Amino acid sequence: MTEVPALSVQGLSVGYTVKGVLQHVLKDVSFTIGRGEAFGLVGESGCGKSTAAYAVLRYLARNGSVEGGEIRIDGRDVYQLDAAALRALRREKVAVVYQDPGRALNPSIRIGDQLAEVFELLGVPAADRAQRSIGMLEKVRIKNAAVVARSYPHQLSGGMQQRVAIAMALASSPTLLILDEPTTGLDATVEAEVLDLIQALRREFDASILFISHNLAIVTRMCDRVGVLYSGRLVEEGPTRDLFAAPCHPYTTELLRCLPRPGMDKATAPLATIPGTLPEPGSVMQGCVFAARCRLADDRCRAEDPPPEGTAPRMVRCHHTDRLAELETEAEAPVHVRKAAGAAALELRKVAKTFGHGDQKVRALREVSLTLNKGETLGLVGESGSGKTTLARAMLGLIAPDAGGEVVLDGQVLHPDLKRRSLDQVKALQIVFQNPDSALNRSHSIARIIGRSMTRLLGLRGAARGEKVKSLLASVRLADRFLDAVPKQLSGGLKQRVAIARAFAGDPKVVICDEPTSALDVSVQAAILNLLVEMQAQQDVSYVFISHDLEVVRYVSDRIAVLYMGELLEVGPAAEVFAGPQHPYTRTLLAASSGEAPGITGAGGPQAQGCIFHALCPARIDGRCETERPAEKMVTPDHMIRCHLEAEALRA
Amino acid sequence: MTDIAAQSRASAPRGLARRLLTRPSFLIGSIVVLFWVVCALFWPVLVPYDPFYTDLMVPLKPPSATHWFGTDQLGRDVFSRVLAGARDILTVAPLATLLSTVVGTTLGLIMGYAGGLVDEVLSRIVDAVLALPVVIVALLALTSIGASMWTLLLVIGFSFSPIIARTVRASVLAERQLDYVAAARLRRENHLYTMFVEILPNVLGPVMVEMTIRLGYAIFTVATLSFIGFGIQPPSPDWGLSISTNYGLIGGGYWWTVLFDGLAIATLVVGVNLVADSIQGALND
Repeated sequence: MTEVPALSVQGLSVGYTVKGVLQHVLKDVSFTIGRGEAFGLVGESGCGKSTAAYAVLRYLARNGSVEGGEIRIDGRDVYQLDAAALRALRREKVAVVYQDPGRALNPSIRIGDQLAEVFELLGVPAADRAQRSIGMLEKVRIKNAAVVARSYPHQLSGGMQQRVAIAMALASSPTLLILDEPTTGLDATVEAEVLDLIQALRREFDASILFISHNLAIVTRMCDRVGVLYSGRLVEEGPTRDLFAAPCHPYTTELLRCLPRPGMDKATAPLATIPGTLPEPGSVMQGCVFAARCRLADDRCRAEDPPPEGTAPRMVRCHHTDRLAELETEAEAPVHVRKAAGAAALELRKVAKTFGHGDQKVRALREVSLTLNKGETLGLVGESGSGKTTLARAMLGLIAPDAGGEVVLDGQVLHPDLKRRSLDQVKALQIVFQNPDSALNRSHSIARIIGRSMTRLLGLRGAARGEKVKSLLASVRLADRFLDAVPKQLSGGLKQRVAIARAFAGDPKVVICDEPTSALDVSVQAAILNLLVEMQAQQDVSYVFISHDLEVVRYVSDRIAVLYMGELLEVGPAAEVFAGPQHPYTRTLLAASSGEAPGITGAGGPQAQGCIFHALCPARIDGRCETERPAEKMVTPDHMIRCHLEAEALRA
Repeated sequence: MTDIAAQSRASAPRGLARRLLTRPSFLIGSIVVLFWVVCALFWPVLVPYDPFYTDLMVPLKPPSATHWFGTDQLGRDVFSRVLAGARDILTVAPLATLLSTVVGTTLGLIMGYAGGLVDEVLSRIVDAVLALPVVIVALLALTSIGASMWTLLLVIGFSFSPIIARTVRASVLAERQLDYVAAARLRRENHLYTMFVEILPNVLGPVMVEMTIRLGYAIFTVATLSFIGFGIQPPSPDWGLSISTNYGLIGGGYWWTVLFDGLAIATLVVGVNLVADSIQGALND
């Protein structure tokens, strides 16, 4: 007896018509999802994973068309259904949760009423809808569901909104649940909670899941089987654990090696990278899609598209699965990492920042004191709203901290207003922004962007400037031919190289890297991290490295600072912060990212007094933590923790 | 969806020109506008008769092989006058539009970039000016200063600038949030450089659209003011002026003295608007 799979996709090809030309985005993709199974589709940007989700729903953009293949949900061919049957299918069988719940929920309708709409479509009598809605909210572990039902979406946090979106998706008890990057916009601890919820509900509702993500760790955690997409091709498929433990396709193999692994740091070895860039979506290719970047590729790969091979449940499209061992090259020698000298490059003394005025005051930073040593990388971690970016902007002088706080560079107190700082002080502090699309002026050429910084900061002009621009571009591994290009002609990784070059244009002493790789794909991230490490070794600069990705922070950082709601809870050597003793919040954060149950529920609020973390702290000392702000405690000479617990308790 | 977004990458200025040329409405619009521009520049060699030559022997002749569009009360050739009539309106309207664009863009840049009190005060002034009907303001200014090409130009230029200022301000507000502006501060650029070299090139798209739309309105306003006698002055063969002097004759069946001037205004305005719509569409592609 063969049971009908929840979703079966056979030979799916999808194209978009752009400016009258059909561009293929998915080509001959096949996979099936059995009943109650969770299937992950992973890939970097532009590989076609979202297109696959929309094609399954028959909801492609207007210029999209299915060029071939067949999609069956619950045994019914989606593209043979008439309008009424398609509506019924979307109403009863499939549900989708999108990346951004803020945009998926209607901002002007109360949560309860939005949920009731789903029940209305399902034909539930009007009298029962409100009750069913509240019941559904309770199922997604929302406490005081009645209150939430009366709220509007903007009154809820991102994690709460995503729970509501999940409740709406599950309200019809769908056969197939499509999750399109459901946690990408959420913080680590919230992400962990939402993923746990999805796991639990999956058993409760017995739904099959199509899980789309670029995050390999999350897919490993959530899915039974996984398919790897590259440039519109499913290059490899198999049970999640087997596939990631022993990948068969060179792309999967190389991609996994790009990720910083626990225990690695910049002094051990540079990260592995994949040469070349992701192909443009829709670009026409002969042979294997990965051939241009594959180290095993030969003439056959460039001419002949490899057919699917391997025995079920594994599938791989590669001519050279037997030669994978050749990819195991020796790790390159690490760049010579200079030992951080003891002298302080930058010092923050009680830097606080309050936004708003009157009753609307928001304390974004609470008296943060920190030291950045010469030649060192200080990792700054914390969730969104923790004040990381505010702290960075205060250091740079883009915003003035509250009176009483001081930023000290090389022993000199910096004026809070950037305009009143000396040229040398301005030169010394530069930044690499998160998003190069926003950071680079889109109407200026690369030569102009970097050259202007040199003119303003170093006073260079003419030929001398041209020479220095070229040598700087060479040191960030950008070819001369990009000099006259404008940013949009460059890929994301190349743009970030330009942004790094600009930060280094004035020979800075401290460079703040604000999430420099979070807008980039995994295969590009590794190269950018290597470049930053290399630049540091050459130029003897100090970094403040802001990131939400703990593995990345661990790889590049000498010391790590943990920020929570504007309060600095812990600063110490990277290894110690990861191994302990740790602040209870740090522990929560680490647990969330490694996939363990985070053990905090509900939301904290900015308390006027006491420890900032007391409401959510699993180790709270009742009576003390909510009233008394803990002092900075040095657990080792170089490791500060702001907590009432004894050092022994923090180690446990 | 990321896939599609990534594909619209190649949209450099050169790409814009190519996209415009594939739009039929842009081609039709620009052919019409180009026709009138050629008339305005080269009418002396194009006209069959001197548009100013009065021949009292042939007044009010209907269209014929000798006078294609007929003759007016003073026996002047209407066809020649319609071609020559493009000259003044196509001098005043574009110059007035250019003036309003320069003033409006500068104002909008200052409002959006400075923000705070400066923006607040300037915005209220802009709102107040916008509340006044252009024709009334123009009448007031032209009667007090006296009607001439220059006053016409200044009046239309300044009355149109608040609208452009508002459009530019909205675009600048979005640009100012971007990190490249912070990056400019971090190399100590002054405000003028940041506004005009960093931000301005990125808001030129909306400025261009607004400018072409305003050009259509400016043509219409010049024609209107000429019609009521406060615009271009006789003996110019200007269209609005011609309609004004001849419309009393329609009742007598002398329709050709008015119809062709009216059609000229209509085609020019429609042509400009077709171009404006195509630019807007191409920018949004």
